[in-house]
Amino acid sequence: MSGRSSPSGSRLAPYLQVAPLAFLMLTMVGIPLVTVVMLSFWEFDGIAVYPAFTWANYAEVLGSPVTLKLFLATLKYALLTLVATTVIGFTCSYFLVFHVRSLKLQIGLFLLCTIPFWTSNVIRMVSWIPFLGREGLFNSMLIQAGLIDRPLDILLYSDFAVVLTYIHLFTLFMIVPIFNSMAKIDSNLIEAARDAGATPAQILWNVIIPLSKTGIALGSIFVVTLVMGDFFVVRVMSGGQSASVVSAMKNNIDQLYYPVASAMAVLLVAVVLLMVTAILRVVDIRSELAR
Amino acid sequence: MSEKMASKAAAQGVTRRELLKGTAALTGAAVGSGVIGAPMIWAQNLKDVTLNQVGPSYSVIADIAEKASADLGFKIVPQTSETTQLMAKVVNQPETIDIADLEFWGLQKVYRSGNLQPVDITKIKMWGDITPLMRDGKSFDGSDMARQGTLPVKVLYTDSAESTEFAAAPTGLATAMPTIYNADTLGIRPDLVGREISSWVELFNPEFKGKTALVNIPSIGIMDAAMALEARGDLKYVDKGNMTKEEIDKTIDALIALKKDGQFRAFWSTFDESVNLMAAGEVVIQSMWSPAVTAVKSRNIPCVYQGLKEGYRGWGVGMGLMRHLEGIKLEAAYEYLNWYLTGWQGAFIARQGYYSSVPETAKANLSENERGYWYEGKAATEDIKDPYGNIMDKAGSSRDGGSFEQRMGNIACWNAVMDEDRYMIQRWNEFVSS
Repeated sequence: MSGRSSPSGSRLAPYLQVAPLAFLMLTMVGIPLVTVVMLSFWEFDGIAVYPAFTWANYAEVLGSPVTLKLFLATLKYALLTLVATTVIGFTCSYFLVFHVRSLKLQIGLFLLCTIPFWTSNVIRMVSWIPFLGREGLFNSMLIQAGLIDRPLDILLYSDFAVVLTYIHLFTLFMIVPIFNSMAKIDSNLIEAARDAGATPAQILWNVIIPLSKTGIALGSIFVVTLVMGDFFVVRVMSGGQSASVVSAMKNNIDQLYYPVASAMAVLLVAVVLLMVTAILRVVDIRSELAR
Repeated sequence: MSEKMASKAAAQGVTRRELLKGTAALTGAAVGSGVIGAPMIWAQNLKDVTLNQVGPSYSVIADIAEKASADLGFKIVPQTSETTQLMAKVVNQPETIDIADLEFWGLQKVYRSGNLQPVDITKIKMWGDITPLMRDGKSFDGSDMARQGTLPVKVLYTDSAESTEFAAAPTGLATAMPTIYNADTLGIRPDLVGREISSWVELFNPEFKGKTALVNIPSIGIMDAAMALEARGDLKYVDKGNMTKEEIDKTIDALIALKKDGQFRAFWSTFDESVNLMAAGEVVIQSMWSPAVTAVKSRNIPCVYQGLKEGYRGWGVGMGLMRHLEGIKLEAAYEYLNWYLTGWQGAFIARQGYYSSVPETAKANLSENERGYWYEGKAATEDIKDPYGNIMDKAGSSRDGGSFEQRMGNIACWNAVMDEDRYMIQRWNEFVSS
C-alpha cells in the first residue's frame, strides 16, 4: 500500500488483499461444501429432504459393497493415470530442460505441448472415438497392415480407452510443474556431480529427481484430484460399462436421491484429502517453493 | 387491508394510464391485482404473457413453441431439460417453470411435491376426444391395457386441487394433460444381423456377444433387460415396472453374468450416443428411441425399430401446470393446452414417430401419404420426410411394427419408477461397475 495509508490501514492491507480470494472461496467452495455435508445427514422420502440428523445415508453408502468397488475402480484409474502421466511428464520436461539448448526452441516446444488445450476437453476426448472404434482408423490400419484379422474390441469402450483419455487430457498438468522445478535446477550442480565422477544415471537419480519432486508432487495433486472427480470421461469412453464414484453419484442425483449422493460426496472428499495429505507428507511443497 | 391495497393499485393504474379512459384503467388495474375478472381486458393483456415450457427435447420443440406463439398471440418460451433434471427443477425450483412436460413416471415421482396444480378437464375443450389409451387406460377394443409399470391413467387423476395423491378412478381433475406417447422396442441393424429378429431374447443371444447395448437410465434399462430375461424364460415378473427386491436381485445378477461374458458393448446415456453406436456398427441390437432410429436412417444406414412378439415398452408425456400459475397466466396456459390438441403439434410430432393424445386432429393435419405411413401402417406412396424436411424413408416402405393400433395395442409394460427404486439404483450401480 502507498505511504498515504495510516498505520492501522497498513495493518488492514494484507486482509484486504486476501479478501477477494477469501470471499470467492467462501461463497463458491465453503458454502456449497457445508451444504453437501449438511444434506448428507438429512432425511428424505424419495423426493423431498427434511432437516434432521440421521446416519442412514452413511449407513447405506458404507454398508454397500458397491461403494468399495467404486472407490477401488476410481483409485485404479487414478493410479494408472498418475504413473503414466508422471513418466511422460518427467521425460518431456527432462528433454526440454536438459537437451534443448536454445531458450527460444525450449519455449517454442513447451508451447507445442499446450496446443491440444486450444480445443475443449470434450472435443479432445470424443475425437478418440472414431479413431479407436471397431470400424475406426486404428483398427482398419492394423487390418490393412495384416497385423490382425478381426478388429480389436478392447480399444474402445474399455478401461484402456478411459485411461488413455485421462493420460491425453491430464499429462500437461504434470509437464508444467515438473518443467518449472527442473528449470530451477542450477546447472553447476550437475556439472559438480559429473566432475565428482557420477554416472548419468546417478545424476538423474541423486540430483535431478530429488530436485524435481516438488513439481512431481504438484502435478500428482492435479492429476489425482481431476481423475477422482471425473465422471464424464468414464461414462463416454467406457461406453457406460464402467462406473466411478461420481458416475454412481450422478445416478443417485438423477433420481433426486440427494442425501445419499451427498454422503458419497463427503466420503470422496475425505479420500481425496487423505491422498493429497499423503502427497504433502512426502514432499514439503511450501518449503520447496520458497527455495 | 386488501381494499386499501386495491385502491392504491387502482390509483397507480390511473397515473400510469393517463391516456386511457378512466373506467378502463380502473378495471384493468383491478384485474391486474386479481380482484375481479373481466375477459374483455384479458384479451388485451394476454399479449404480455410469457410462459416457460420446460421438458425433454423430444417434447418441447422450438418450432412448436414458435407456431403456438404466432397462433395465440402470447409468448411460449421452450426450454429443454431431460426428465431427470426436470424432476429436480419441479421439486426445487418450481418458480422457474410454468408448464412442465413430464413423462408419466416422472409425474408419478414429483406430483406429491405439491408444486403442480391439477388441470381442470372442463377447461380442456377436447378432453373428450383424447384417446382412451391415455384417458381411461383402455385399449382399442375397450379392454384394459397392460397395467405393468406406470400406465398413464394410474397417475392421471387426483381428487382435489390440494391433494398430492393420485385418484384410483377418473375424476374431473387431471394431474397433467396427456400429449405424446409411443411404443418403444429394440433397434437393430438388419444388414449386420442378417436374419429375422422377432423376440426380446435376441438382446441376450450369444450370437451378438459384444454387439449389444442397453440404455443407462436405470429405471428404463432394467425394464428392457426384464423383457429379454422373461423372453429367455429366466423368470416371470409380477410387474416389470414395479419389481420386488427378489426380482431386482435376480435381474441384476443375470445382467452381471451377461456383462462378465462380454455380451454388452456399451450402456448409452444420451440420444446421440445411441445413434453413433448404431451408425458406427459398434452394436447391432440395442435399446433405442424412435427418433434415434430415424436419425440413423437419415444417414443412409439401414436401421429398423423392430416390433417384437412379447410386445412394446410404452411411455407417455403429459403437460403439467405449475402451482404458482394464476389469473391471466393460468388462462393463457389453458389456451396453450387447448391449442396443443388442435392438430398442428400432433402432426409435427407424428413426423418424428410419436402419437398425439388426440389422434383425429393430428391425422387431419397430415397428408394422406403421411397419415397412411405413420398411423395406418400403409406403404408410403411417396418419400416420407421428418419434421425438418429431410427424407427419412423412401416411397414403398412402411413403418416398422405396423399401424397405430398394432403398435399401441401391443404394449407389455410402461416406463415407471419402482417402489424399490432406491435399492434398484444401488444394484444398477453395482451392475455398471462390475
